Amino acid sequence: MVNIAGDRPVEAGMTSEVRAHHGLSWISLGLWLLGVGPLLILVVLVGVIAALTPDFLKPGNIANIVSQTAVIAIVAVGQHLVILTRGIDLSVGANLALATVIGGLVYRQVDSAFLVMLAMVLAGGAVGAINGIAYVFGRLPHPFIITLAMLSICRGLALELAIGHTTMRGMPDAIAVIGGASSFGIPNSFFIVFGVALLIFVMAKAMVWGRWTYSVGGQPDAALRMGIPVKGVLISTYVISGLCAGIGAVVLAGRTEAASPLYGNLLELDTIAAVIIGGASFLGGRGHIGHALVGAMMIGVIRNALNLLGVDVFFQMIAIGLIIVIAVEADVLRNHLEGRARVLQAARVS
Amino acid sequence: MTATRSNPVLAIRNAEKQFGAVHALKGVSLEAHRGEVLALLGDNGAGKSTLVKCISGVHGLDAGQIFLEGEKVSLPSPAAARRAGIETVYQDLALFDNLTPAQNFYCGREIAFPSWLPAGLRFLSSRKMDREAAAVLERLKVKLPKLESPVALMSGGQRQAIAVARASVFARKLVILDEPTAALGLRESRKVLDLVAQLRVEGNAVILITHNMEHVLELADRAVVLRQGRKVGELKPDRNNQQQLVSLIVGAES
Ligand SMILES: Nc1ncnc2c1ncn2[C@@H]1O[C@H](COP(=O)(O)OP(=O)(O)O)[C@@H](O)[C@H]1O
Ligand SMILES: [Mg+2]
Repeated sequence: MVNIAGDRPVEAGMTSEVRAHHGLSWISLGLWLLGVGPLLILVVLVGVIAALTPDFLKPGNIANIVSQTAVIAIVAVGQHLVILTRGIDLSVGANLALATVIGGLVYRQVDSAFLVMLAMVLAGGAVGAINGIAYVFGRLPHPFIITLAMLSICRGLALELAIGHTTMRGMPDAIAVIGGASSFGIPNSFFIVFGVALLIFVMAKAMVWGRWTYSVGGQPDAALRMGIPVKGVLISTYVISGLCAGIGAVVLAGRTEAASPLYGNLLELDTIAAVIIGGASFLGGRGHIGHALVGAMMIGVIRNALNLLGVDVFFQMIAIGLIIVIAVEADVLRNHLEGRARVLQAARVS
Repeated sequence: MTATRSNPVLAIRNAEKQFGAVHALKGVSLEAHRGEVLALLGDNGAGKSTLVKCISGVHGLDAGQIFLEGEKVSLPSPAAARRAGIETVYQDLALFDNLTPAQNFYCGREIAFPSWLPAGLRFLSSRKMDREAAAVLERLKVKLPKLESPVALMSGGQRQAIAVARASVFARKLVILDEPTAALGLRESRKVLDLVAQLRVEGNAVILITHNMEHVLELADRAVVLRQGRKVGELKPDRNNQQQLVSLIVGAES
């Protein structure tokens, strides 16, 4: 029951205050480093790779990385909202595949880029809504199971619906331009990533909905007691994650000018990895759009670099796995440091 | 210091609450007055938390009535209780670790615009909320290391002080504190107790649950004792009847 440092006599308290002050400075530095760590690692990574292979920084290759990473980045932006509320969306990859197939089927009926895009985005959003509603109203203990089930259902449905149960070639020109072409030397998909990220950034940081999302992720029970519509907030994050999968479908279908039930394989793992190695907390309530983007970039850069260096694809998987372990440990370390900070705060004379 | 006996801000009549086989409240009645600290005492499992959860809208009563300023009310949710002017400081669920003090202050009742949009789609007036929270903390002399860092970095006492300050801003009738100092050291408890005294000065009715007799003697104008879901006593605590109070709590009738 006795508070370690808080109850000491005055003279001892003075020295413990000084010690607490030093400790807190170190902890602040540590937390700051953990905060900028992922970005720092990305910068160092780019520097090292650029030194190893001169091809890496060529504009053509950069554009290549961007367009290959765009889909992961867009879907990771949605995934980060779900993880922010202590959830997980395992269905995004299959959802994306199903969305492209539905878009491809619409394209076979009408040659309208607008309608095809709308179909893809809405299909993604609908799957997200099913995830969220089933999770919340089915009173499931965790979204793992329902989104895993939707992964299976969407993949199966995509294979069933796709003509010939395989890749369907062809996309409206406008979609091909969005996914595959460049403006001012910058891949158009970059602008899509930027737009989606900006929109979600504003919603998360400047709107009441965002504040609610952070509070639900921080303390779901307390959020309920504060009168926050927790169920609505949870459902909305899955809907947005689904919509992002739909937007990712537009970009991927555009770049490849095809729809395929095989698209988005393991995309759920890539996006979860991106969010976590970018620095968001798996424990919920901590993270922002920058984490999703930095994480996605890291994955894109590592894949590209190892390709350029001619390293085996298996090693890419091992490398990304190792970075995930480091990121999760960093999260644990951050929690530990915050705990220390609380104790030291109590030791300071107030 | 004792308030006028005229009309209580809160009155509970014959509250009954059962959790399956556990009869947690058996016909409890009590009153709380403005400008008065009411200590709610009792051994573990006596029903104190259950009673305050019924007042703050977490549980519904099985039977009995709640009156606020003479009017019978039903409090179907915590949000309804807060709208009615009742603020509760929970021992554990007090704050959101990942939010700053100001964000914690306004969580669930953000100042936002424009008002014609649905609540969730409004834009936060962050600067205004930061400013007002800082002003309140200043007025209550709550010292914090950094207003812009999340409360995860703050000590138990600082966090509890923020929670009490928040309650004091939004309460219009009643503040309930369920063991607010249970996890705190001496010095940090002191700060929170001072804030509780401040709540009374500002004209709130205060219900304080605590196991600490010193705190009761120092702060409480009146004490209600629960035992096994029943109200077994009510008195004005002082040094002379301290022993009687303890007997009431543990049930060793003299
Ligand atoms: N949500 C609940 N479900 C079932 N039993 C409960 C619940 N809350 C409290 N109880 C029971 O009601 C009784 C009173 O508990 P509580 O009000 O927490 O006591 P106190 O706060 O005085 O220690 C205890 O026997 C407890 O186990
Ligand atoms: Mg209790």
